[in-house]
Amino acid sequence: MTQTIDEIFEQICTLIAPFNKKNIPITKDSLFSVDLELDSLNVMDILSEIEDEFDITVPLNMLPDLETVGQFAEIVKQLLSEQ
Amino acid sequence: MTFDLFEKFDSILNDYNSLPKGAANPFTVSMEQVLSPTTAIINGRKTILAGTNNYMGMTFNQECMDAAQEALLTLGTGTTGSRMLNGTYNSHKKLEDTLKKFYDTQHAIVFSTGYQANLGIIATLAGPKDYVVIDADSHASIYDGCAMGNATVVRFKHNDADNLDKKLTRIRKNDPQAGILVVLEGVYSMLGDQAPLKELTRISKAHNAFVLVDEAHSIGVFGETGRGVAQEQGVEDQIDFIVGTFSKSVGTIGGYCVSNNPKFEALRLVCRPYIFTASLPPSVVASATKALELIANSNLRAKLLSNSRRLNNGLSQAGFDMGTTGESPIAAIIIAEQDTAIAFWGEMIKEGVYVNLALPPATPKKLNLMRCSLSAAHNHEQIDFMLEKFILVGTKLGLLQDIPKRILA
Repeated sequence: MTQTIDEIFEQICTLIAPFNKKNIPITKDSLFSVDLELDSLNVMDILSEIEDEFDITVPLNMLPDLETVGQFAEIVKQLLSEQ
Repeated sequence: MTFDLFEKFDSILNDYNSLPKGAANPFTVSMEQVLSPTTAIINGRKTILAGTNNYMGMTFNQECMDAAQEALLTLGTGTTGSRMLNGTYNSHKKLEDTLKKFYDTQHAIVFSTGYQANLGIIATLAGPKDYVVIDADSHASIYDGCAMGNATVVRFKHNDADNLDKKLTRIRKNDPQAGILVVLEGVYSMLGDQAPLKELTRISKAHNAFVLVDEAHSIGVFGETGRGVAQEQGVEDQIDFIVGTFSKSVGTIGGYCVSNNPKFEALRLVCRPYIFTASLPPSVVASATKALELIANSNLRAKLLSNSRRLNNGLSQAGFDMGTTGESPIAAIIIAEQDTAIAFWGEMIKEGVYVNLALPPATPKKLNLMRCSLSAAHNHEQIDFMLEKFILVGTKLGLLQDIPKRILA
């Protein structure tokens, strides 16, 4: 069954929750660095969680282009469709 | 301000400017005189060096200094050239032969720094269609080697064999033929923990991956003849590449990679950090060669680890929150607040002890650390002096409830 982008986004929000210490509301446009106050190490850890959750490989090389939670959802959708 | 190339550094510069000025600033300290591997004059006072990675105390070894001096006087101050051009002297080849003998490998390549060794080997070995799989807590030189190369980079949880297996299984599922390089460190320098190499190499080999182990902080320190953690854990035959540095136990500067891979020498032709920089000066080459010979036959390892246990046990008994256990030459205490950590460092230097202030992102789990790296050259009086000052400052800053008298007695 193919997941919708919204379903993927919701799943990613659940994975981000433990890192979101201040419970800042997350939207698809939330910037990891500015809005969610997460540094690159946090984002790398979230990426690792996402890999294990969706059973995909998200190359670390892609990280500089992934600034928002919505972009994470899109790349997950793309990688899932390529399998 | 949009044209300002420096605007992106504003926040780090603000943090830096808020640090204490003068003698208490941990990032502007300089050694006025170096008296021995374990003592220097800093801010005009004699200071015990407790954070130098000088594990074997090799920097003032008489035989190493004699060898360096002779090379300096007979071969000059520098090579002024790349290893590929005029920068290979017989002594560079002798150093590589010494490394081959030290590690019992077929091949050895010497780099100008340990940083360049990781940069060069990782960036060159793993090409556009390959994968590099690294531990999350890897040293900056490993991350930078990944950034410089064109391979796909995947990160696994620190020392977590199951997580490594998951990542490799996934890569193999999508790409059964891909070349994979798994990069590990023998000892992770901030907290001194060893990689479980037996488990990690078994998994890597099950997925037909190559394994590189960085022994920067373990050469000289572990293994029967000081080769490092791979020797200590008995898995050398499973390791494809060992990278290391001459800047810690060996007491000088330079990096290397050793291997039994039959095509290893090809790297000399394609590895840019090897080719496009000048080779090590003859004096450095001579002292590194001598130090390797001494390390292989030394009994300093037991002394070093007993020194580390002495400090680790003392700090732990005093009630500090410990980041280390004394199984490596590192002793680090965890300090919750960054401001307290900075103040701690400033108080320690005033008391005549130089330690490393280690802060995120250089540390795992965003820890603020007061980190000591012990040396076999430390004596018990020096270690007890460090301990006394740690307890004094820890009490002053409210990190310890009251002075544990039995330790000071």
